[in-house]
Amino acid sequence: MSAAEIKTKTFEWFDERLGLRIARDMLDHKVVPLHPGTAWYYFGGITLFLFGVQMFTGLLLLLYYRPTVAEAFDSVRFIMTRVEFGWLIRSIHSWSANLLIFFAFVHMFSVMFTHAYHRPRELTWLSGIALLGLMLCFGFSGYLLPWNQISYFATKVGTDVAGTTPFVGPMLARLLRGGEDVGAATLTRFFAFHVMILPLFTCGLVGLHLLLVQKAGMSTPKHLPAHDLSHMKFFPNFFLRELMVWYGVLALLGSLAAIFPWELGEKADPFASAPAGIRPEWYFLAQFYTLKLIPSHVWIFEGELLGLAGFGALALVWVALPFWSTHKPDGSGNARLATGVGIFLVCYLVVFTLLGYFK
Amino acid sequence: MEGNPTAPAPDAGRRTVVSWLLGGGVAASLVSFFYPVARFLIPPQVAEVSVNEVDAGKVQDLKPNSGKIVKFGNKPVLLVRVNDTEWKAFSAVCTHLNCTVQYQESRREIWCACHNGTYDLEGRVVSGPPPKPLEEMAVKIRGDEVVISKRV
Repeated sequence: MSAAEIKTKTFEWFDERLGLRIARDMLDHKVVPLHPGTAWYYFGGITLFLFGVQMFTGLLLLLYYRPTVAEAFDSVRFIMTRVEFGWLIRSIHSWSANLLIFFAFVHMFSVMFTHAYHRPRELTWLSGIALLGLMLCFGFSGYLLPWNQISYFATKVGTDVAGTTPFVGPMLARLLRGGEDVGAATLTRFFAFHVMILPLFTCGLVGLHLLLVQKAGMSTPKHLPAHDLSHMKFFPNFFLRELMVWYGVLALLGSLAAIFPWELGEKADPFASAPAGIRPEWYFLAQFYTLKLIPSHVWIFEGELLGLAGFGALALVWVALPFWSTHKPDGSGNARLATGVGIFLVCYLVVFTLLGYFK
Repeated sequence: MEGNPTAPAPDAGRRTVVSWLLGGGVAASLVSFFYPVARFLIPPQVAEVSVNEVDAGKVQDLKPNSGKIVKFGNKPVLLVRVNDTEWKAFSAVCTHLNCTVQYQESRREIWCACHNGTYDLEGRVVSGPPPKPLEEMAVKIRGDEVVISKRV
């Protein structure tokens, strides 16, 4: 039997049991439209790749990490100083978390500005926004796990902000902290969120998101008629290009981790004062700085509450984007308004993040 | 190509070189990803707590013909008070499969519950699967304190 025959026979054996042909036919027919914005298609894939890196390095860190107040900090220090390449694995996990959130934002705004959220892709948009929310929860819960000064106080502030939500606030704060204050119970909870609850939801939602993308096909810019565009086969042409992009991202990640290893800081001490210059991760900086600017009382409202209400309203407008932003084939509709909201949001996030960082 | 269709393409050699370079590059990067992972999986040597002597409590706390487990560094030790004056101590780790043994007062012997191994009060195997005797430790009485130490 020749090599080609063996290959065919093997494929047929598995196909009979697994239905490989369906997957192969689907891959064969999947195409990627070519136009000046084709590069934006890579960003969802980059985000997915970084999520894979997080799962892999997270599993490795679990081999040594101990989720108790007495041992958490020391176990991370053990990983950083004693375990071979432990500093690299942990630094990659931390850097990758940050890049993941960055690329998720880029992906979201690219979808927004190319108006790729329109019918029939409303659910794709909603599942994507939910995934971004889950990523932020991952960031918030993972931040506490090394149990150092900065993360301890960031979690105190973060859960306190959640506690100011009208009506459900106090219950929400208790639910997050596992008690009245940030302590041993909080660490146990955040650990459970970070390694079990959030990954479970995320994996399900990523599956749904990919399925929806697959179902609707790649979105094309509205001003370019889809039938005029030329296409590239997804497999292997686009897939190999995506692999090369991942390769580049991995190189960036490795370099960042090697040149700027993630710091560990000092062990959390609940009876020490908050260190000067304390601030949250960069992706919460814009909100953090906004809350700092709002006076304690505006008319009869509490300032913080007003800020949170503003964020809530903005988030609602953003989530509901596919339902209020309309687009008609004749060019009418309020797509321009949506673009305006998008530009406003990007400017707000960039400016306030920078202000939060430098001020 | 035009003259003789069976002749190899003029750039076949170049193509082979490029394939090898590409394959080699991919292989090298895979090694560079997974080598650190493989090293990470190996737990580093943690220095054992070096202990030569531990205080095992007061003489009157252990009645004759009874035994108790005492922490010796990070290993358990079985301390047995045979009678009023005679004391014995052994490593409490069964030589069969690492279970922790106990003293059986009714039969006056050391017993491992995991696979029914028994040792006498000299640490020698009486019955069951253990292949070797228990390691014996030295017991000294200082005033009313019982002190266990390694045998030299």
